[in-house]
Amino acid sequence: MPLEVLPQIDEAGADQEFLYTLNFGPQHPATHTTLRLILTLDGETIVKAVPDIGYLHSGFEKLGEDLDFNQYVTIVDRMNYISPFANEVSWHHAVEKLIGIELTPRCKYLRTILAELARISDHLLCVGAAALDLGALTAFLYAFNEREKVYNIMESAAGQRFHPSFTRVGGLMNDIGGDVVDQIRNFIRTFPKAHADVVRLLNRNRIFVDRTKGIGVLSKADAINTGCSGPVARASGVVRDLRKDEPYLAYPDLQGAFKVVCATGGDCYSRYLVRMEEMIESLNIIKAAVENLPAGPVNVALNDKLTIPDKTATYRSIEGLIQHFELFMWNRQWEPPVEEVYGATETANGELGFYVVSDGHGRAWRARTRPPSFIHFAVFPMLMEGHQISDVPAILGSLNIIAAELDR
Amino acid sequence: MAITGLLPDFLVTKLDYLANLTRKHSLWPMPFATACCGIELMATASSRYDIARFGSEAMRFSPRQCDLMIVAGRVVMKMVPVMQRIWLQMPEPKWCISMGACASSGGVFDAYATVQGIDRFIPVDVYVPGCPPRPEQLIRAVLDIQEKIQRTGTIDAREFAARSSYEGPTSLAREIGPEEAIVAPGDFTTATRLRSLKMTNDPPMTRQ
Amino acid sequence: MAAYLDTLTARFPGAFTTSEFRGDRRVIVAADKAPAVLLGLLRCLKEECGFDFLCDVAGVDYLNYPGAADRYGVVYALTNTTTGGRVFVKAFANDPDPVLPSAVPLWQGADWLEREVYDMYGVRFDGHPDLRRILMPSEFTAYPLRKDYPLRGLGERHNFPTITRAES
Ligand code: SF4
Repeated sequence: MPLEVLPQIDEAGADQEFLYTLNFGPQHPATHTTLRLILTLDGETIVKAVPDIGYLHSGFEKLGEDLDFNQYVTIVDRMNYISPFANEVSWHHAVEKLIGIELTPRCKYLRTILAELARISDHLLCVGAAALDLGALTAFLYAFNEREKVYNIMESAAGQRFHPSFTRVGGLMNDIGGDVVDQIRNFIRTFPKAHADVVRLLNRNRIFVDRTKGIGVLSKADAINTGCSGPVARASGVVRDLRKDEPYLAYPDLQGAFKVVCATGGDCYSRYLVRMEEMIESLNIIKAAVENLPAGPVNVALNDKLTIPDKTATYRSIEGLIQHFELFMWNRQWEPPVEEVYGATETANGELGFYVVSDGHGRAWRARTRPPSFIHFAVFPMLMEGHQISDVPAILGSLNIIAAELDR
Repeated sequence: MAITGLLPDFLVTKLDYLANLTRKHSLWPMPFATACCGIELMATASSRYDIARFGSEAMRFSPRQCDLMIVAGRVVMKMVPVMQRIWLQMPEPKWCISMGACASSGGVFDAYATVQGIDRFIPVDVYVPGCPPRPEQLIRAVLDIQEKIQRTGTIDAREFAARSSYEGPTSLAREIGPEEAIVAPGDFTTATRLRSLKMTNDPPMTRQ
Repeated sequence: MAAYLDTLTARFPGAFTTSEFRGDRRVIVAADKAPAVLLGLLRCLKEECGFDFLCDVAGVDYLNYPGAADRYGVVYALTNTTTGGRVFVKAFANDPDPVLPSAVPLWQGADWLEREVYDMYGVRFDGHPDLRRILMPSEFTAYPLRKDYPLRGLGERHNFPTITRAES
């Protein structure tokens, strides 16, 4: 709670011996991953918070200049590791914009469905872990149970439960079978109940509400000025969602199926509510997309020389074999224009964009990421000032900072 | 009455055996979770896989209460001093699991900032391959640690004293010769030191 | 031609060129003009043309890039939150002292983004309140995303002491 006395504290003054410094992290349970905060405290009240990041900086963007468009998808996966598929969609959205590929309808729908599933699992983990930090362990277990179902769907579709690396330039690694569609239908049927369970556990939970309501208020003007996007901005009243504003993939067809969830409070509780409601909207999108899932090929036509042929084509036909080699030899590969593009999609955390500079080869000259976590964490010191130490986990949890995306 | 009748009045065993038996069934892991593998570690601890079945569910976030460090995720330059410090803070006897390709070998991140395997800097007992390893693999690693403790453990930790040489990959010295390396000022072990928070506008550092 | 370009041309004649690719409009400021006009240009875009949202600040190193004249490019991606329009302002800087004016007075969100560009490329931002390294350790001396820095580094990543089992 903001204390009225705070503005009177001139923290640069010499007679401030009662202020002391607390080092929070980089290995601390409430930070989930590797963040470090240097807090200046007056008793239990935070006067100043200085974040120190980079404890997980592993050179993603340098690797993006070394790996080709298809290989880099494995690295992009590991960026926001609680919703990996959304990152892949974003990366290949930018690359396809650069090369100028129009995807097949089936591929668009499949990517949309899986990206929305990833959004649900991201929000589940965010809400569950935020509740865990505030002492509500049960919601976390319920949320993880649902995440396991999403993992299973990903595993049936792509073969890897955690980092699917499923998209390719111009399509997907393979088409999905009817069993995956059945699993998704099953998920659509069972998820509302689990969602209602979490809602019943948290929405009117006295402790949870008391610890999140009015905490970490971000005003609309500040949200725009600091570049926030996604649920953090929408909880502050910024009505902006790339799925509506710049529809990509199958979203132009699905505009009627979902609404943009917003709130005006700007506090941790609003962010929690926005996330919970977005899960339902995502489920509606999945529902509409699965029912309208078009048939047809999942990759763009083979003779465009853009997409990796499937193994049958590689082994059985000369065109497939040649194209396979063309796309895997360092000196052939794609021939994108010598240009630069910015492609962005709405991921669970906000606007995830890639600024791709190409020098005409199959590898990016520069693969810059616009990381939502990075931008949201920059707001953190501002939200923190005047609160108590015990509010740190509440605010951190509501911002959903993913260290790998933060540091890259 | 019946039970006392079944048990013998005394047992003859080695003190080491008894100590190992108790130690191995009450491992307290310290989750040093840095990246994606940490989420899989959480999945291992949560409802479906439930690591509590193997006596290791008591995750403690304070290194002083733990005896099994699980390094889950990649470790980068800024994090190495932190990791070493946490390892040194853990009381003996202690063991270390390196979970995932990144912690074991750098994984896909062969870039300037990522350490290519934590075994270059701290001793590791069990490696778990995979990116990320499935929860079953992690549980297997815990079982392996238990077996290792039962096999090699001693009550006064004599077995650790024998491991006085470097256990990491042997190519470390040959990887980059002195002529290729720059001598970085500072030894980078100060990364957690509280730096002055003064606003600076110093000229940029240039490479010599 | 978009209305904001007319405004910009009227205010800063000859200071920039424009180009477009797949709907992304770029406003390009060359290295010799950038220190003088960049801040004014961004302010004009923000206050007069409605581009109130700084989406991203991206550094690019154009060393040996086909057809490049200047070395470091810094791209400011701006968005108009009312209309949803985007514009990319690309300013250049050159060795030996790459420096550009900071956008922090306009957008608070530029703070960390510019620190990251400084950390990765060594482009300095004049007027930035707190220009320190953000991702790499502060003892680090190189700028890792420059094209002349090798992918695997120069051995810094293994410059740490080793702990053996007997001594811990
Ligand atoms: S091994 Fe894979 S899953 Fe684990 S931290 Fe590394 S990249 Fe992430």
